[in-house]
Amino acid sequence: MPSLDDLKKRIKSVKSTQKITKAMKMVAAAKLRKAQESAEKGRPYSQKMQNIILNLTKSINDPQNAPKLLVGTGEDKKYLCVVLTADRGLCGGFNSNICKLAKTNFKKILSEGKELNIITVGSKGHDQIKREYGKYVIKKFSFKDKKNIIFNDADEVGKEIISLFNQDKFDKCIIFYNNFKNVITQIPQAQQIIPAETKNLEEGNDQNFSYEFEPEEDEILEDLLPKNISTQVFKALLENAASEQGSRMTAMDNATRNAGDLVDKLTIDYNRSRQASITKELIEIISGAESL
Amino acid sequence: MSDKFTVEIISPDQTISKQETNEVIIPSFEGQMGILNDHIPLITFLRPGIITIKAEGEKKYYVEEGTVEFSSNNLLILTSTARDLANLDKSKINELLQEAEVNLKTQSTDKERYIASYKLETLKEISQ
Repeated sequence: MPSLDDLKKRIKSVKSTQKITKAMKMVAAAKLRKAQESAEKGRPYSQKMQNIILNLTKSINDPQNAPKLLVGTGEDKKYLCVVLTADRGLCGGFNSNICKLAKTNFKKILSEGKELNIITVGSKGHDQIKREYGKYVIKKFSFKDKKNIIFNDADEVGKEIISLFNQDKFDKCIIFYNNFKNVITQIPQAQQIIPAETKNLEEGNDQNFSYEFEPEEDEILEDLLPKNISTQVFKALLENAASEQGSRMTAMDNATRNAGDLVDKLTIDYNRSRQASITKELIEIISGAESL
Repeated sequence: MSDKFTVEIISPDQTISKQETNEVIIPSFEGQMGILNDHIPLITFLRPGIITIKAEGEKKYYVEEGTVEFSSNNLLILTSTARDLANLDKSKINELLQEAEVNLKTQSTDKERYIASYKLETLKEISQ
């Protein structure tokens, strides 16, 4: 049985923890609104960009000569995985969920005897992944000191991906990030960006445009494809930022509630043992008086 | 039949404008290009210049680069640099102008020089 003093100390410490988690929740809620807004505003751009690429893919008649960024190298041996995570912790399962998904994929890739390279964005993901897959990590990015995500950051990552592609370092590139659905639900996602995923192509959308290109098709693709890579990375970063704040908010909300429960429980314990000691003293006095 | 079509200008972080219009003039890579209703599907990219949207009034946007797609009477302009001319103040223009001048001298390839020179020209035009 802990002494009264011990209980008092514990209650105090739990209460101050509660204050911290509460404050973090508030901060996350404020940041969430902004991040969510920019994620939602950023969606049209990346979607439309993806659409153009898909339409272009459809109109390509000669897959042999098409740019490799669009159709892939035709091989399936080397993989580049880009894992996008947060730079800060204390946001529930956010980072772990992405890493878990990524690791399942790594395992699959390795068990099929394929080559694996990893780029991590965000220090938390890097920490989790290097433990098991440290030797595959070839580059890490961290935007810790940046307050807002700007397109140039994504472009940096995009350029790195493209330069690796041009050096023939990989055949397929997959990015991992959390898709922001709403405040409580974030879905970890794996998206293949090289070669461009043509999954949505088959579903509906049968319009087949024969586009007029100006200048030539090759030139446009040459300009557009790298931009698309950066755009997809940017979208992933925005979704991630919103998910991170949402996830942190729920996590901190839970933590605050748990701390409250704990304080209640400890207070009851405290009162009980205080009452017990008073009763004990009374009994001692009474029995002392009786014996006289 | 209506002779209007939709034009959307979208940047990575927001939708800058979405409206009905009669005619849009874009600074396509190989020259100015006017787009009307029922244009054939088109993909092109932009050089620095001014996008003019003609509806009730005229709206002008300064762009440095971008991708344009036209299909089923929907003109889509994807750009990360669009600026509404009405909101662009003098000092900002001058700042960009100086930047462009320095830039033009440091470019090495023909294509880069081509783009840089158009940027300079457009900015000069605006500042007048």
